[in-house]
Amino acid sequence: MQLEVDGRQIDIQVDPQMPLLWALRDVAGILGPKFGCGIAACGACTVLIDGAPVRSCVLPVGDVTGRVTTIEGLARDGALHRVQQAWLDEQVAQCGYCQAGQIMTAVALLEEIPDPTDDDIDKAMAGNLCRCGTYPRIRAAIKRAAGNATGA
Amino acid sequence: MSRLGTITRRTFLGLAAVAAGGIAVGYYYYRKPYPNPLEDDLAEGEVTFNPYLKIGSDETITVIAPRAEMGQGISTTLAAFVAEELDVTLDRVKVEHGPPSYAYYNAAMLEEGGGFNFWDNSFTAETVRGMMGVAGKMLGLQATGGSTAARDGFDRMRQAGAAARAMLVDAAAARLGVAATELETENGTIVHTASGRSVTYGSVATDAAKLAPPSEVRLREPAQWKLLGKPQPRVDMLDKVTGAPIFGIDVRQPDMLFATVRMSPVFGAKPVRSDISAATAMPGVLKIVPIESTYGSGFGVIAENTWAAFKAAEAIDVEWGEPAYPRTHDAIVSMIADAARSGDASAMRDDGDVDAAFADAPPERVIESEYSVPYLAHAPMEPMNCTARLKDGVLDVWAPNQMPVLVRWFCSDIAGVPGERTNVHTTSMGGAFGRRGELDYAIYATILAKETDGRPVQVTWTREEDMRRGVYRPASAGLFRARIGDDGLPVAVDMRIAAQNMMASLTSRLFPSLPAGGSDPSITDGSRNQPYTIPNYRVSEIQVPLTIPVSFWRSVGNSVNGFFHEAFMDEIAHAGGIDPVEMRRKLMADFPAAVAVVDKVAEMSGWGETLPEGKARGFAFTLSFGSWCGQVVQIADTPAGIKLEKMWIAVDVGTALDPGIIETQMTSGAVFGLSAAMGQELTFRDGMVEQSNFHDFDAMRMHQAPEFEVAVLENFHKMGGVGEVGTPPAAPALANAIFALTGKRIRSLPLSKEAAFA
Ligand code: FES
Ligand code: FES
Repeated sequence: MQLEVDGRQIDIQVDPQMPLLWALRDVAGILGPKFGCGIAACGACTVLIDGAPVRSCVLPVGDVTGRVTTIEGLARDGALHRVQQAWLDEQVAQCGYCQAGQIMTAVALLEEIPDPTDDDIDKAMAGNLCRCGTYPRIRAAIKRAAGNATGA
Repeated sequence: MSRLGTITRRTFLGLAAVAAGGIAVGYYYYRKPYPNPLEDDLAEGEVTFNPYLKIGSDETITVIAPRAEMGQGISTTLAAFVAEELDVTLDRVKVEHGPPSYAYYNAAMLEEGGGFNFWDNSFTAETVRGMMGVAGKMLGLQATGGSTAARDGFDRMRQAGAAARAMLVDAAAARLGVAATELETENGTIVHTASGRSVTYGSVATDAAKLAPPSEVRLREPAQWKLLGKPQPRVDMLDKVTGAPIFGIDVRQPDMLFATVRMSPVFGAKPVRSDISAATAMPGVLKIVPIESTYGSGFGVIAENTWAAFKAAEAIDVEWGEPAYPRTHDAIVSMIADAARSGDASAMRDDGDVDAAFADAPPERVIESEYSVPYLAHAPMEPMNCTARLKDGVLDVWAPNQMPVLVRWFCSDIAGVPGERTNVHTTSMGGAFGRRGELDYAIYATILAKETDGRPVQVTWTREEDMRRGVYRPASAGLFRARIGDDGLPVAVDMRIAAQNMMASLTSRLFPSLPAGGSDPSITDGSRNQPYTIPNYRVSEIQVPLTIPVSFWRSVGNSVNGFFHEAFMDEIAHAGGIDPVEMRRKLMADFPAAVAVVDKVAEMSGWGETLPEGKARGFAFTLSFGSWCGQVVQIADTPAGIKLEKMWIAVDVGTALDPGIIETQMTSGAVFGLSAAMGQELTFRDGMVEQSNFHDFDAMRMHQAPEFEVAVLENFHKMGGVGEVGTPPAAPALANAIFALTGKRIRSLPLSKEAAFA
């Protein structure tokens, strides 16, 4: 089957029931999305499909119909996405394992709500677990990225 | 296991001899330097100065940070030690973990293991600390744990940088024909100011590495530090915001197979009946093999991809044997509680005469409480995994692990290849919290690598496997009594704390042929060694003979006793009619560092101010891993439940090497402790853990996290740890705040059993 991932067409021959996460990681070799729970409970595997955040660990690859964006497809021409840059500026990550998922969810949030309130952030990010407890800096980074969006 | 058995016995005898025979026995080994492991693996044009540093003629400076990066920022701080004295900025430096080698032993970790109070500078304590440091070198433990990494590297790695800088300057002096004293270094360049001439580190590195290292080096005074003491950008941050393949689960090798394991969820049991035929016939499955190990029995499933392996593992039809411990949760919990009430106790601290103090106590001046905490899983974000390849007599193990020397030792034994032909590659870890100090994931991967004809195999556990075949924070129960004096302060406390012996559990997995007896200081860690002066003060350990696997969990015994001790102190303060913070100031008066922390966090939080209706605060303090930490949490009663609004943390770490990293570690540790306190609990049914994934063993989420304010103090004269210190006071601070808000004293974790959180 054909998938569009990070702007590239890829052809993968797998059982259409295989979750998108494992098709990306074990078959296509795209390692940015991480495995954390396999039941849509932690957000580590989050990718965007046509801009909407999706838990790739529970989505059968055969059901994917749109353009898939992973953390690896965010940077453009060597420049980090503004959300990644905000993460770097706020020094958010500790172990880092959840952060690809956190960043993807934040990207989707800021596309939908360019200047989110704390409440918007709480709601959007609730599905992304961070065992290292980086939440205060995630919040700061989202606000920083939002500020950049409005030129502040 | 025969070869391993012998080595083990000898090593332990060695350790015992050092401890019994004194410094003289160990001295020779201690002074004898280990070989530099970097010498075997240098790139073209690259030279090495010591086990911590390589410099290439292309100006690449590589620093070895031989402690595992599990999120605590240690690679940045360790690299800064070398860079500080080498006089280069961190962005000039490439950081590698380095090979497993005895050269990177961790002495600080063993030094704290001697069972002495941290502040006790008496001759015996100092001697034992010194001896245990020697034992660390002999055992070659390149371990990451116990919040010791920075303390351990502080002198050695700065000396490594300073010595190399001196050699580079000497080589430059010879090249330029001037005296070394006329030269200055400047971020990788050596300058002769008088003539304006300069050479780079890379251009003189080869000459410099040939020189003998200086016999003495002068380290910079803290006032001259350019990097240390200031927040540094983390060296791993870019990789982590771009999803780089740095974790164990991201290892990819040519021709690699994928696998998973299905191990007995009844600890210590074997399959009594099994049928693997349906699972073996599933698409993508190559082989299902039995696994027998000291960690458990079960099956390994080797497949073409991880998902196929997961599905086949689930399809194995198997019935497990009986547990050697009670089958039900209630029976397990009762065993621990009964032990706290009436089991044989040994006193680990015994000041004054506790029995006499209680004998004549008027009943209305005595309070008694029972406390308990549950078993807990570590649940790091990256599930257990490991990749192994056994080919042409060489074993390669790619493992996110905290114990590379032990991984090499055990895996080479299983594979039947010598240690010199076993390469352990330590990857970044998606969290660890103590879990990756165990070896099960590496042992299983090595067993499966023997089945794949030389092809590498990546073994990834499901989250369910990770949670239900863990090695847990032991459950514990405490019986606490206090006699309150006329001034409201306690005159006597008696603390009986019961739990499984963690060291015995660990020994049964690693060295099953060794007898495991003796005391386990971690049972009382955080209760027996707190900086309080109470005239009659007894803390006793009671061992519970359960065989559920237990292990190190972020802050170890302090995670249990921090809660018991500090919630009980709050009860005492309330019973005595004294403000809890004021009571601490009085009882800690002999420990100025502790009082300064209490004062600081009280000031930051405005402790004592009148709060609006429906809000309240709780305070707690724990000294752990050599750092003094006080926390105040403010909560609010909301229609959705109790909301954590803000937490203030003051911590004295002695010397703050990187205030930015310390701040994030305090927050991280507190979130970890609050997560457990609010909602985490493992329960048992039919001898198996019932919880299996984040839906029934969750942790704090974004909307539950309070705002944090952290102050880092440097009053104490010794450097303390950072990575675990924020965890112990978090649970009691919250429980005490709930008491202040609702009048309900919750003595059993998780708090969610009796309180609703927003
Ligand atoms: S791995 Fe998909 S949500 Fe956890
Ligand atoms: S940074 Fe470690 S889980 Fe989020």
